[in-house]
Formats: sequence, structure tokens, C-alpha cells
Amino acid sequence: MNDTIPPSRGWLSSRLPFLKPLCRHMARFPMPPVNLFWTLGACLMVAFGLMFVSGLFLSLHYQPDLSRAFDSVEAIERRVPSGWLIRSIHTGGVSMLFAALYLHVGRGLWYGSYKALRELVWLSGLVMMLLFMTTAFAGYVLPWGQMSYWGATVITHAVEAIPGIGHGLLVYLLGEDTLGGIALHRFFILHFTLGFIIATVIGLHVLCLHGTGSSNPTLDGPRPDRTTRPFAPFYVVKDCLAVCVFLALFAILIFFLPDLLGKLDNVIPANSLKTPADITPEWYLAPWFAMLRAVPSRLGGLIAASASLLVLFALPWLDRSPRHNATYRPLVRLGMGLFFIAFITLILAGMNGATPLWVWLSRAAMLVWFLVFLVLLPVSAYRERKITGSSTQGETP
Amino acid sequence: MTQKHDASIPHPFPDEDASLLPRPTRRTVLTAGSIALGGAGACTLAVPFLDSLRRTEASSAASTQEQAVMDISVQDLEPGAHKVVVWQGMPVAIQHRTADMIRALEDPALLAQLADPQSRMKQQPHEAENAHRSLRPEYGIYVTICTHLGCVPDYKDISSLPASGGFFCPCHGSQFDGAGRVLRNMPAPYNLPVPPLHFVDDHTIRLGESTLSPHFSMNSIQQL
Repeated sequence: MNDTIPPSRGWLSSRLPFLKPLCRHMARFPMPPVNLFWTLGACLMVAFGLMFVSGLFLSLHYQPDLSRAFDSVEAIERRVPSGWLIRSIHTGGVSMLFAALYLHVGRGLWYGSYKALRELVWLSGLVMMLLFMTTAFAGYVLPWGQMSYWGATVITHAVEAIPGIGHGLLVYLLGEDTLGGIALHRFFILHFTLGFIIATVIGLHVLCLHGTGSSNPTLDGPRPDRTTRPFAPFYVVKDCLAVCVFLALFAILIFFLPDLLGKLDNVIPANSLKTPADITPEWYLAPWFAMLRAVPSRLGGLIAASASLLVLFALPWLDRSPRHNATYRPLVRLGMGLFFIAFITLILAGMNGATPLWVWLSRAAMLVWFLVFLVLLPVSAYRERKITGSSTQGETP
Repeated sequence: MTQKHDASIPHPFPDEDASLLPRPTRRTVLTAGSIALGGAGACTLAVPFLDSLRRTEASSAASTQEQAVMDISVQDLEPGAHKVVVWQGMPVAIQHRTADMIRALEDPALLAQLADPQSRMKQQPHEAENAHRSLRPEYGIYVTICTHLGCVPDYKDISSLPASGGFFCPCHGSQFDGAGRVLRNMPAPYNLPVPPLHFVDDHTIRLGESTLSPHFSMNSIQQL
């Protein structure tokens, strides 16, 4: 008989023949000499895992019902055993996750990780970023406090700005004329389902990365280093170290600074007749809130905020230079530096009041955002391609 | 994570092997220690999550409230009639027996078919361990939750028995006589429970409180 088990193979690997090659591939995956910024992916995996598990356990106690949502969240905080801790992990975790996410994307921008042949890694990552932003927004609505309600009101009314179909689309999405119980239930289902969708996209993202390998930050420098080391044990240990530091910061945030990022207005139940005096979004969505506010037209704001994200999707084709690392590309180094400053400015602008100073700073930051990606990057790429002639290392035809 | 180097895999840097890698024994200790520490951390992290599944104070308070006693008037219950009330979320059948039904409960032909005719199993307070399994012969009061898997048996005369009344469970066909005593060879192992109760007056039953067995409660019974 042919299907007798060879004695050399284990019970599992006889039945799952791809398991051993997969483990071997993961363990021996050749890593270029990358720096500490390349550990953010592992931190994000851990942050997502914590969000996923804590979210599942919160959903056991949360009630997506207009009359009970707020009380069920209060019950989680006060009555469910260890509920305060699980909710702290979830509400603090979102900030840790977005901090790591933005640094991870920033690393990709600085080191040119979006370039050929890694376009799919970049695009799947951006899709995931949009999914995370949607999930975070939907999740923020669920406690049905004042900030939840008014945040949801502002964002859903941005949909209304779409010409012609705006109002109809809004009513269709909410399931009723105004933000209420049906919409709350939809937000809950959206938030819950997106967790599983993101888990799938993470798998795709890693799959894409393992097709091409990690980018090498030394290649454009004076001393290119082409040696690789196996992922296990070298980068397992390095990632573990980074995750330990990440979890320590996580613990400091949720245990010692629990009120740093929370908003007092959100422990007041939603009141559709009274908007809180200072309505500001969470810091991780603040840049786009600042953009909506900085453009003196509802539709214009929506277009600007969407375009600021869409332009990132075009990066692999806007920047066709053979060079990756911004450290060795003077114009790009300047541009990325300006972009990071602009991004932080937009976060601060979104979290502060709509004073003329912050509105004008937001406009300047938006201008920098689009100029860097639409002008500076293509110009720099054009010049570098002329310098290096027709040599296009690592690029698709 | 591999603890020792797999000989079938060529080492990535054969030349540097000795200088780059620590001795295998030391690495084994460090790896095992790291995994143990990480595992301990993961187990510790699981504590609050498992803790959150415990019954909350709010739901305990709600169930304590339901311990409250409940008065049932049986003035309108004619002999031969029965009714079902809900007490602590459980169905309780109250049957007003006729003289014939009371006699039938002691019929040797009936007793021969019962699994526990003498009510030896603690499914009732002490004062109901008698021929009619109730405080007063003319009233039979039973929690109609089948002792098999918790379905609610219907009040129904069992045709094979002397007419004492009876209960029939629709789920797996367990049969009980008019005193809630299960027949032999039925899926249900025990008789239907008798709740703690006493008569406030001739026409009022107080469920949830027994004057003769003050310590008897639904938690005292063998199996619900």
C-alpha cells in the first residue's frame, strides 16, 4: 500500500504535508540587515491579537441596543469581573495599535518599502490601514456616549456631502432617518466583522511580504550589505525584544495613564439635543478631521481627506526611482521630513479648537502632504533615474 | 521554535558557526526559559479574560431577588382541576385532587410500576415524604422540570396507570404519576421535585418557604 505512513514523518506532517515546509520557510526566511523599525510589524501583530481577544470578550457583555448600550459598557467597567481591565486593554490598545501602525507606514515611506516588487505588500497594508480606521470609528460609536454620538453624527453627515445621492446614501446606510438604534446595531456588526476581515488581510499582507522578502535599508548606502540571516532565531529574538518594550509601554498607558486618551464627555450618555462644547476626535483620526475642517466646503473637505489617503495608493507609480532609502535621497529626505511634520501638525490641529491659527496650519500641512507626494517625489525620482541612467534595479518593466 | 539545530538544514553561515552561535546547551536553556516565561505571561494574561466570564454581581443580585416567596390562591381550583404558576422562573403545577385520585396514589398496581414509590430520594422536603407526596393529600404541588434533561412535562393522565393524574415529558417520553413519581425504566432518574411551601390558610399556598423544614430550598434537592 502506498498510503502507509513513512516512519520518518510525524503524525501531523503526514496529514498536513505543507506544515513542515511552511514552518521551515518561516524559520529560514532570509532577513536582510534591517534595523529596529522593522520590528513594528511584530508589535502590530501582538496589538491586533490583544484587540481581537479583548474585543471578543467585550462583545459577550456589550448590548448593541439603544437603551442598553451605554449601561452595558458601564456594567463592563464596574460589575463584570475584570471587565475594567479588558476594556482598558481594548480602549488603550487602539492607541498603541495606531501608534505602531503609523510608525510602520512611516518606516515604509522613509525606506521606500512601497516600491517594486513590493507594491502588493504596500497596497494590502494601506487597505488594512483603511479597515483599521473604519473599525476604530465604528467601535468608538458603540459606548453611545456623547462623543460617540456626535462623532458618528459628524462623520456620517460627511457622507451627505456626496452630490446627488448623499442624503439617500446616508439614510440607506443608517437604516433610518437619523442616527439611532438601527445604525448602532449596524456599527456593532461592522466593528465585529471587520476584526475577522482584518485578520484575513494580515494573512495576505504577510503572504505578499514572503513572496518578495523584506527591503534592505543598506543597499543605497555607501556600504551595501547583502548578507541575510534566518528569521529564526535572529529576528524572532529581536521581535520578541521589541514586543516586550511595546507591551511595557502598553501597560504604562493602561495602568498608569488611564485618563490620558479618554474623553470625559464619553461617560455622559448620548444626548441628541446637546453637542459637547469641545468635540474632538481621537488622535489617530484627528488628521482627517482637521482636513475636513480646514477646507471651507463640505464636499471639498471630503474630497481632500479621501485624496490624502488615495495618493498613498499611487506611491509605487509616483516614485519610480531605483533608490529606496530616503537617507540617501536628499530631496526625498527633505520631503519625508516635511511630511512627518505635516502629519503631526494635522494631529495636533485636529485635537485643538478651530482657531484661525490651527486652520491655517492645517491648510499648510495639507499643501505639504500633496506637494511631497505629487510633486517632490516624482521630480526626485525623475532626476535619480537620469543620474543612474537606465539601470532600474528591482523594478518591474 | 526549534530548540536544537536540525542537521538536515544547512547552516546559513557554515564558516561562522562556531563564533556566531552560543553552545547548544546554553541556547537550549535560554530558549526553554524564554518560552516558559512567555507561556507564563500568556497564562497570566488569560486570567482577566476567564475571570470576566464569571457570574456578575448584577445577575447574582437578580437571582437573589427571585428567591422571594410567592403566595398562590387555590380558591378557584375545583377538585380535579390543576394550574401552572411560574415561581423563580420555574413552572410549578398545582393539582387539586379528588378523593378517587388520592386513593389511586396508594394503589399497589401503581406503586409496583414506580422507581421510587417511597420518595427515598431527597426530591422533596421531609413533610412531603408520604403516600401523596404533598403537605395536604388534596393538593399535589410539583416543579414540572423533568429530572432527565430539564424539559417541562405536560399534565396528562397516563393510560397504563390507575387514574391519579400524571405527567408526560414530550422530549424523551418520561412518565410520572399524579404525585410526580417517575415510572420504572424511564429516562428520568428521579421524581419531580416538591418546592418548599406551606399553607398560609386553607386556600393560599406560600411557595418558597417551608415552616416544617425551614432549611429546605431548591438547592437541597437531589436533582432538578
